[in-house]
Amino acid sequence: MSINAENLVWKIGRKTILDGVTFEAKPGEMLGLLGPNGSGKTSLLRLLAGLKRPNSGRITLDQKDIGTIGRRTIAQRVAFVEQHATTNANLRVVDVVKLGRFPHRSMFSGWTLTDDRAVEEALERAGMTGKRNDRWQSLSGGEKQRAHIARALAQSPKELILDEPTNHLDIQHQISLMRLVSGLPLTSIIALHDLNHAAMFCDRLIVMRQGGIVAAGTPDEVMTEDLLRDVFSVEARIETSPHHARPHIHYLR
Amino acid sequence: MTASSRSLQQIAAFSALLLASLAAIGLAVGISVGIGDLPIPLATTFAAVTNRLGWTAVELNRIHETVIWDYRLSRALVAAFCGAGLALSGAIMQSLLRNPLAEPYVLGISAGASTGAVAIVILGVGSGTVSLSAGAFAGAFAAFFFVALLSSGTRGGADRTILAGVAASQLFNAATSYVVTTSGNAQQARDVMFWLLGSFGGVRWPEFMLVSAIIGFGLVACLLYARVLDAFAFGDEAAASLGVNVGRARIVLFALTAMMTATIVSMVGSIGFVGLVVPHAARFIVGPLHIRLLPACAVMGAIFMVLADIASRALIPQQVLPIGVVTALVGVPFFSVILYRFQRAS
Repeated sequence: MSINAENLVWKIGRKTILDGVTFEAKPGEMLGLLGPNGSGKTSLLRLLAGLKRPNSGRITLDQKDIGTIGRRTIAQRVAFVEQHATTNANLRVVDVVKLGRFPHRSMFSGWTLTDDRAVEEALERAGMTGKRNDRWQSLSGGEKQRAHIARALAQSPKELILDEPTNHLDIQHQISLMRLVSGLPLTSIIALHDLNHAAMFCDRLIVMRQGGIVAAGTPDEVMTEDLLRDVFSVEARIETSPHHARPHIHYLR
Repeated sequence: MTASSRSLQQIAAFSALLLASLAAIGLAVGISVGIGDLPIPLATTFAAVTNRLGWTAVELNRIHETVIWDYRLSRALVAAFCGAGLALSGAIMQSLLRNPLAEPYVLGISAGASTGAVAIVILGVGSGTVSLSAGAFAGAFAAFFFVALLSSGTRGGADRTILAGVAASQLFNAATSYVVTTSGNAQQARDVMFWLLGSFGGVRWPEFMLVSAIIGFGLVACLLYARVLDAFAFGDEAAASLGVNVGRARIVLFALTAMMTATIVSMVGSIGFVGLVVPHAARFIVGPLHIRLLPACAVMGAIFMVLADIASRALIPQQVLPIGVVTALVGVPFFSVILYRFQRAS
C-alpha cells in the first residue's frame, strides 16, 4: 500500500468539496483520476500532497498519518506537479530542477554528489538534459511541463501527484508526457480529462462526481457506456482497441 | 573537475567578489566624504581612517579630520547601509509576492513608518530620537499588519497583497498629511516635508551603530532564507509542496523587511525606488538565485545610495536636495520600463 485515503471530507466555508473519499494507491501503479470540472479532483490531489488538511478522515503514507508528518518529510517522498505553475523569474531549467532537492537539504548543508546525481537522473528521465541551460521563459508549454516533472523527480519521490499535466499541450506532447509518466518506477496519481488517454496509459482509474467516488477499477471495469452517460453526460460506444487492447471510446454526440 | 576543487574555486571567486565589492563601496564612500563646501582629497580621507585605526600616523589638517570624522564619514556609511537594507527588502518582497513592483515603499511600510514618526515629532509624544524611532517602528508594523490582515482576510494571493499595500500607502500618507496640516506650524511642516522625502543630514555615529547592526543582522538572516526564497519561484503552493513552511517563512521574511525598513525610515525618512530599482538591476547582472542576488542587492544598493547622496549634494551648489528626489528622478523612468515590460510579458 502506498497512499491510502480514508473517508476524506473537505469543506470550503459551508460548501462540501470532498464528501467521504476512500481509496488506496498500490505501489508502482499509475492511477488515473477522472471526473467532470468541479468534481473535486484538484482538491483531492492537494489533500494527498499534504498541502491542505482534511476536515475529517485521514491520509496515510505506508500506514503513517500525514497529519503527523512534517511538511519537509512529506516532500521527501511525495512530489506534486501543479496544473500550470509559472514564474516571472528568469531561471534556467537546471535551477528549476535543483529546487526539487530542497526537502533533502538543511539550511546549512552544501550541495552533495547525491543531489547532483538526482538532478542529472531527473533531467535525463524527463528528456530535458539538452535543455538544461535554457531559460524558463524560452521554453514551450510541453518543455515547461517536462521541466516540472524533472523537478518533481529530483525530489526522489515514491509518489508523484500530477494535476492535469497534459492541459494546453499538443497531441504529440500529450502522448509523450503520458508515456513518460507511465514508464516511471513509482506510484503516480494523475488527474486527466482525456478519457482515451486515461484508458490507454493508466493501470487503474477512479471516477469522481460531486466530491465522491462513483467508480474505481481497471480501465476495462470502469469505462462503461452507462458511466459515461451518468457522469459525463455523453453518449458513447466503447470497444476494445485492436491496436493496444485497451478500451477505446467513440463519442456519438 | 572534482566537487571539492569546484567548491574551492567557488570560495576563491566569492572572496574575490566580496573584496571587490567592499573596495567599490569604500571608494564611493571616500568620494562622498571628499565632496562638499570643503573639498577633501581621497588620500586625506584614507589617511584619516588609517590614523584613527592606529595603523598610520600621518600629519593631517585638524579641520579636515573633524569634518571627516564628525560629519561626512558617518553620513556616507549610514547612506551605504540604508541603501543595502532597502534594496534587500525590495528583493525579498518581490520574490515573496512574485510581483516585480513590490517594495517597502509601494507596500505602504515606509508610509506607515513616516506616519508613526511624524505623529511623534508633531504631537510631541515622548522625546528625542528613541521615541522617534519607536514611533516609526510602531507605524511600520501597523502598516505591515494592516496589509497582512487585508490581504489574508480576503483569502487573496500575492496580487491582493500589492493592492492592500497601495491602500495602506494611501491611508498612512493621508494620516501623515492630516497630522501635519491640523497640528503643525509652518516650520514643523517644512521639517516634516524634508524628512518625508528623505535626508541624511544630521546622521552621526550612534545612527551608524544601530543601522549597521540591524542591516547586518537582516542580511545574514535573509541569506539563511535564500534557498527558501528560491523555492517561492513558482508560488506559495509549489513552495509548500517542496516542504517549505510557507506561513512561517512569510512571517519571518516580512518581519525582517519591516524591521529593516522601519529602522531606515526612522533615521533618514522614507526614500522610495531604491528597493525597486536595485533588485532588478542586480537580477539582470547575477541572475535570479537568491544566494547571489541578495548580497548583490546589498552591495549595489549601498553604492547606489552613496552616489545618490553625492548627487543630492553636488547637483545644486550651496544646497542639498532631499535624497528621495534624487532616487525618484532615477527610479521613476526605471519603474516605467518595468511596468512596460511586465505588461508585455503577461
